[in-house]
Amino acid sequence: MMNSILETGIADCHPASVPDYTPISELRALQLQRLQTVVTRAWQNVKHFRDRMNERGVGPQDIRSLNDIAKLPFTVKSDLRDTYPFGLFASSMKDVVRLHASSGTTGKPIVVAYTQEDVEVWTSVLVRSFAGCGLHRGDIIQNSYGYGLFTGGLGAHYGAEALGATVVPTSGGNADRQIMLMKDFGVTAICCTPTYFLHLIDRAAELGIDMKELPLRAGVFGAEPWTESMRAHIEKMSCIEAFDIYGLSEIIGPGVGCECRRHQGLHIFEDHFYPEIIDPESGEPLPDGSEGELALTTLSKQAMPMIRYRTRDITMILPGQCECGRTLRRIGRIGRRSDDMLIIRGVNVFPSQVESALLQIEGTLPNYQILLTREQGLDQMEVQVEVTPQMFNDKIGALQGLHHRLQSALDHVLGIRVHVSLVEANTIARSEGKAKRVIDRRSL
Amino acid sequence: MKIQQISLFVENKPGHLTAPARLLADEGINIRSLYLADTQQFGIVRMIVSDWQKAAGILEKHGFAVNVTDVLAIEIADHPGGLAGILGVLDEIGVNIEYMYAFPYSRADEAILIFRFSDLNAAIERLQTAGISLVTSQQLLTK
Repeated sequence: MMNSILETGIADCHPASVPDYTPISELRALQLQRLQTVVTRAWQNVKHFRDRMNERGVGPQDIRSLNDIAKLPFTVKSDLRDTYPFGLFASSMKDVVRLHASSGTTGKPIVVAYTQEDVEVWTSVLVRSFAGCGLHRGDIIQNSYGYGLFTGGLGAHYGAEALGATVVPTSGGNADRQIMLMKDFGVTAICCTPTYFLHLIDRAAELGIDMKELPLRAGVFGAEPWTESMRAHIEKMSCIEAFDIYGLSEIIGPGVGCECRRHQGLHIFEDHFYPEIIDPESGEPLPDGSEGELALTTLSKQAMPMIRYRTRDITMILPGQCECGRTLRRIGRIGRRSDDMLIIRGVNVFPSQVESALLQIEGTLPNYQILLTREQGLDQMEVQVEVTPQMFNDKIGALQGLHHRLQSALDHVLGIRVHVSLVEANTIARSEGKAKRVIDRRSL
Repeated sequence: MKIQQISLFVENKPGHLTAPARLLADEGINIRSLYLADTQQFGIVRMIVSDWQKAAGILEKHGFAVNVTDVLAIEIADHPGGLAGILGVLDEIGVNIEYMYAFPYSRADEAILIFRFSDLNAAIERLQTAGISLVTSQQLLTK
């Protein structure tokens, strides 16, 4: 273990990273002990988990090895919605120090809770993430993830501060100010969505600022899927090292996993989050190296444990150990999802949300299509709606009113700016009678 | 007295008016008047045609969103002050215009104004009381 640390160089040697190098047998023993504890906690304190486990005739005493996790029921996003707001809490509210919420498919968000201990675990995995990216005390980290109910902003903030770095909490938006502060403060690392950073690169060029000349040397990018070609573009245009960080609110937020400087997959902080790859159809566990859906179990979460949470993210557990010496297993870059969720500027969007907004305005569902493009590095979402004879009116004002109602309903439901277009009936391409709902032209 | 105007939705893009015009031409339907109300994104084509039932049927069959609206036609002298005169009368009798457009007769020195009123029947009654004669669709198509 010591050899591995020595080989990786000084930047990786943050004291917080020690658990990353736990010998595998020790790590598995720790995972089993924590799994038994968290399953017992969930069974005792959360009616939902107890009911589900009882239905399957399984109890906490049945978890005798890590493989026994497959006996446990899955948790899915709708379980969080159905128990809104506090139904999955395993702690009493007096022990909950923080609530976050993420977008849901219909009106109600998904609520997640943290005890003081949970916040400390969350902070520690972010310190380990940043340390793995070669960041340390003395770095000036601009945090352009949104602060607020979204877990990205506060999560990265706490981690960067605990690392000992200087945090510039710019939150999202106002690209010109982001660039000015980045330049004036001598920012050395940035946290944001990859598409937002692409936008900053373009905007900086328009302002006559060459990002390659700035002290910025690393970017920790997450909250949406991105590609190797985007990484190459980012690194070429800004002369930084780009890292992929993974997380989701239901599990803890950002920091479930992160790349190290080898950039060969994302290390899952396995002492806190147990990864499984399952067949998205059958739910059967798949061996390392097979592609499937990632399911995660929180091993140490107090306020809101998650048992076998189905992330809908398609990836694989990479076989073998990383050259960096960490014993933590790695997942491949998340390229797609097993459901129809779209991630637009870091915001989760489901086509069903668009449908419910259209239904709400018109009473019937018109034919529609979602068109995703990327302009100047920012995702753009257009919703094309076919004008049916029922919707059509010979007065311009009436059609403009319809356009306005659709626009505001979609903005309201989705929480992001959407461009609505009224198009002629029967112009949206159909295959076998069914219109293709989503056209994704985002590419780099 | 009421005239049936056909309107259809078109996107404001090159070529989008050609298809409906072609469909009507193929059926031998004459467009007596056409007015295009447009926004940046879309437009509404309003037409008075020789056979509105047939025209609406064909366009609907080809997937167009078609609306048939009752409008009124008023004949005015095609010279300065013709429009101001009739609008003054409409103001006096208190009828509200939703929209209007005008086109000249081919050889006479008269013009036709097409009105959509918010209250069509009240408009007819008040126009007749005021002594304004309305053009019938028969007159409009044969003149």
